[in-house]
Amino acid sequence: MKVTAKVARYEIRDVIRSRWLIGYTLFFLLVTDALFRFGGGGEKALLSLVNVVLILIPLVSIVFSTVYLYAAREFIELLLAQPIKRRQVFAGLYVGLALPLSLSFVAAVCIPFILHRGIASAQPGTFAALLLAGIALTLIFTALAFLIVARTEDRIKGLGLAVAVWLFLAVLYDGLVLLVISIMADYPIERPLIGLMLANPMDLARVALLLQFDVAALLGYTGAVMQKFFGRAIGVTVTSLALAVWVFAPLFAGMRAFQKKDF
Amino acid sequence: MIEARHITKTFGTLRVLDDLSLSIGPRRITGLVGPNAAGKTTLAKIILGLTKADSGTLEIDGARIGADDAYRSRIGYMPQMARFPENLSARELFEMLTDLRRPTPPVDEELVERFNFAGALDKPIRTLSGGTRQKVNAVIAFLFRPDLLILDEPTAGLDPVSSGILKDKIFAEKAAGTTFLLTSHIMSELDELADDIAFINEGKVAFVGALAEIKRVTRQSNLERAIAEMMKRGAAA
Repeated sequence: MKVTAKVARYEIRDVIRSRWLIGYTLFFLLVTDALFRFGGGGEKALLSLVNVVLILIPLVSIVFSTVYLYAAREFIELLLAQPIKRRQVFAGLYVGLALPLSLSFVAAVCIPFILHRGIASAQPGTFAALLLAGIALTLIFTALAFLIVARTEDRIKGLGLAVAVWLFLAVLYDGLVLLVISIMADYPIERPLIGLMLANPMDLARVALLLQFDVAALLGYTGAVMQKFFGRAIGVTVTSLALAVWVFAPLFAGMRAFQKKDF
Repeated sequence: MIEARHITKTFGTLRVLDDLSLSIGPRRITGLVGPNAAGKTTLAKIILGLTKADSGTLEIDGARIGADDAYRSRIGYMPQMARFPENLSARELFEMLTDLRRPTPPVDEELVERFNFAGALDKPIRTLSGGTRQKVNAVIAFLFRPDLLILDEPTAGLDPVSSGILKDKIFAEKAAGTTFLLTSHIMSELDELADDIAFINEGKVAFVGALAEIKRVTRQSNLERAIAEMMKRGAAA
């Protein structure tokens, strides 16, 4: 554990000086501030922010992490040549990337809200849910990047895969769900649909978030089904648990691949 | 110092090391030679545990290398490519490794002075030239006074003065009892440094013995010609 923290500490020092991370933070800061200035009340600003969070965080987390890990290949070799365990190196690298990415998002969203006293007008619970969903998405897509890099030797292929995963989950998946719905319109497909939603972390995060707002129209089909099936309290619990599974499953698979990998 | 027995390693369909056995004596400098893709770097990485052999055993001072990672505290490694986190400085890198290796002996920063690059220590590594990075790489390898040093193309990218400084350091540490495993494409360099030569070809040890021995067997006056002769014979056989 101590070794993991040491690896993470130095990596964080490296990551927070990266221009890309600084740019990401500034971008979020500006968007949040703009939404708040021009978007009217706190609730509306939050709702607009949800869409930015759902699309941008997964993209940045998976691409930034993939690029960083491929570039750090020789550095990882140097770490592995030290008398420490691979597991510790892997865990340290993950914390060292996921933590600064999460914190820069949290800071970039919190600062404008505090400055504009937005938390007073929006419900603090909704705001907290937004932060948690953003952190969960960061953790998930960083973990997916670790899995991709551990299993893909070629960096161009790995980066392509990372973008493809994002594109699939962000754009194509919804289309596929709609296709299934229109084809199966005559059958009771509510239950399978919940399964489909659980299989996409971005869908999950969206539903978990929108269950917080009272805007059923934005929930989409899966979300509406979710609300009908579970009600709000259980819905939030189920989606949160599923998100946790989405963090640990790729991380575990990535760790296994990393431990067997030849460098 | 190192006993490798029957080591085989394949990458996909490519057999990089093929039942390779090699013994490396203590307090000597062993030069690993061989054509490109002969498996030199793979062997070095297997000793470090970076790459895992399909079969075979490896012992260091009689202790078999297995799941335990502690043995690496005795090894210093200078990889072929010197790439480090771009936004850290060399000094932060030294601190990090010292932190990870605790408890460590007092670190050996002699090369920092000798290379005269103390001024570059606090700059982000991304601003350093290739040669300066290679100097950082060399300092790291010697930093913890290891018993065994694995140097993969150590002088690549260094100017003649720095290269000379590094060679002097290698001789000094050898005299102090360090074992070296060295790969290089520059035969004259191995001629100057190595006590023993292990010639690896197609994943096997084609020749291993003292530097003088390989010259005697091939009847050549320098290592470059001796190795060329070996490769010719290998092709003829």
